[in-house]
Amino acid sequence: MSAVSEQLGIGRSVQASKWRRPRLSAFIPAIGPVAFFLLWWAVCASHLVRSVLLPSPIDTVAYGFDAFIHGTMAADAGVTISRTLISFVIGAALGVPIGVAFGSNVRLYRSVEFLVDFFRSTPASALIPLFILFFGISDLNKIAIAGFSVFLIVMFNSAYGVMNARKTRLLAAKVMGASPYQMFRDVLIYESLPQTFVGLRNGISTALVIVVVAEMFIGADLGLGHRIIEGEQILHVTDMYASIIVAGLVGYALNMLFMLVDKRLIHWNGK
Amino acid sequence: MLAAIDPAALDDMSFLRVRGLGKSFGEQTVYRDFDLDLPRGKFTTIFGPNGCGKSTLINMMSGITPFDRGSVQIGGQDLRAAKIGYVFQNYRDSLFPWMRAIENIEYPLKVRGVSKTKQNERVEQLIAAFEIKLDLKQYTYEMSGGQQQLVAILRALVSDPEVLFLDEPFSALDYEMTLYMRDKLQDVFLETGLTMVLVSHDLEEAVYLADRILILSKRPTRVVEMISYETMRPRTTEIMGESEFVHTKQHALDLFRAEMAR
Repeated sequence: MSAVSEQLGIGRSVQASKWRRPRLSAFIPAIGPVAFFLLWWAVCASHLVRSVLLPSPIDTVAYGFDAFIHGTMAADAGVTISRTLISFVIGAALGVPIGVAFGSNVRLYRSVEFLVDFFRSTPASALIPLFILFFGISDLNKIAIAGFSVFLIVMFNSAYGVMNARKTRLLAAKVMGASPYQMFRDVLIYESLPQTFVGLRNGISTALVIVVVAEMFIGADLGLGHRIIEGEQILHVTDMYASIIVAGLVGYALNMLFMLVDKRLIHWNGK
Repeated sequence: MLAAIDPAALDDMSFLRVRGLGKSFGEQTVYRDFDLDLPRGKFTTIFGPNGCGKSTLINMMSGITPFDRGSVQIGGQDLRAAKIGYVFQNYRDSLFPWMRAIENIEYPLKVRGVSKTKQNERVEQLIAAFEIKLDLKQYTYEMSGGQQQLVAILRALVSDPEVLFLDEPFSALDYEMTLYMRDKLQDVFLETGLTMVLVSHDLEEAVYLADRILILSKRPTRVVEMISYETMRPRTTEIMGESEFVHTKQHALDLFRAEMAR
């Protein structure tokens, strides 16, 4: 029985600390972006597209850096990020508790399920005029509509997280003598967290999309959306492309941040 | 006002007392007027055809599954007043992966409002009693299947239950680990003298561990026979070759096959 005892013994650290040479495979993720910029550069160099419509990637990136450090790009990005975060926080702060409450009471959820599904399926951009009527063309408007979209996504996912909690864990808590409140606090909340986080990640991405769209069409004087549409209208395309890249980087960074937090916080997910 | 205590309830032979139990799932009647008495401090294993409601029975006796009619008493009290330990078949779905192993084991004490110091003392005492070597700082998903089920067993034992129920606890483990875990469980039984009720789909295991083997029928479920098996403990795998073990197992198998043919 020694083999088994050993297997049950103190968890040895079985880190695969084998020394590895940096291989060519480490560069594989770089192939896509490099190829993309080469293709872009090739299209420009061959004059297939007029340079008024497509500036060279080198010019664009150089301009972007300059605009970020000396120009107003950083300010525009900052405004977009802060609008995104504010609407996300408001939507999530309302969405999580309401979703958990709905999820804990299936009948309650069924009574609003159609409404939630309907508004979730409605493109948020279709509601922009409605929000203009109520909130005017202010900053509040952009935050309200993005926050509303975040709320729907987060609430829906939290409710499903609670409803799909594994029954065995709840039964285990029950047979150990846990009260309904203890079962809720110690088991149900944790069971719902992975799904809630799916909602939060989708929520932050959606918030950015809506904020950028709202900045384009609801009189803004700052923000990446505003900057992109202005670049198009005054045919300052280098600025437009640089702004698009910055918007993409913001979205990517937010997504990465959430994936990181997700991995740290919900360490047991998928294991 | 104190409830009158039925003297018979203190009878050790009827420590766990089931009377007139009824349970249906939709149109399917699983239990009708089902009576059962299980002795105190004995190890009872439950064996029977697939779908006869072995798990349903211990789930009803432990208060996990509500029943339609009848009563379950443990030590003369209603089961809701009893302290129960329960080990699920699926340790992966019954342990809390967001807690470390030690927090999992302490959880039943935490629920009862036991102080943190007392929780630590109790767990240390438990670990020492069974000579279990585990890194309890680990999260449960970092452990092997056998280690996880050990944690689940410790969690069930930590609050000094009156009865320990186990639902096919080793069915997800490989054979080597199963043999080891059977012996660990027997150690726990010898050490604590707990009343244990274990559902098994493995006849060898059911006989090896048991003082009493309860053979159940197909639905609606009846007791076919309660077989006694009194071989001395601690038992080792060698007893599986002894004639008493072989005969008991053969007898149980005959009952089982007769039931299947019915």
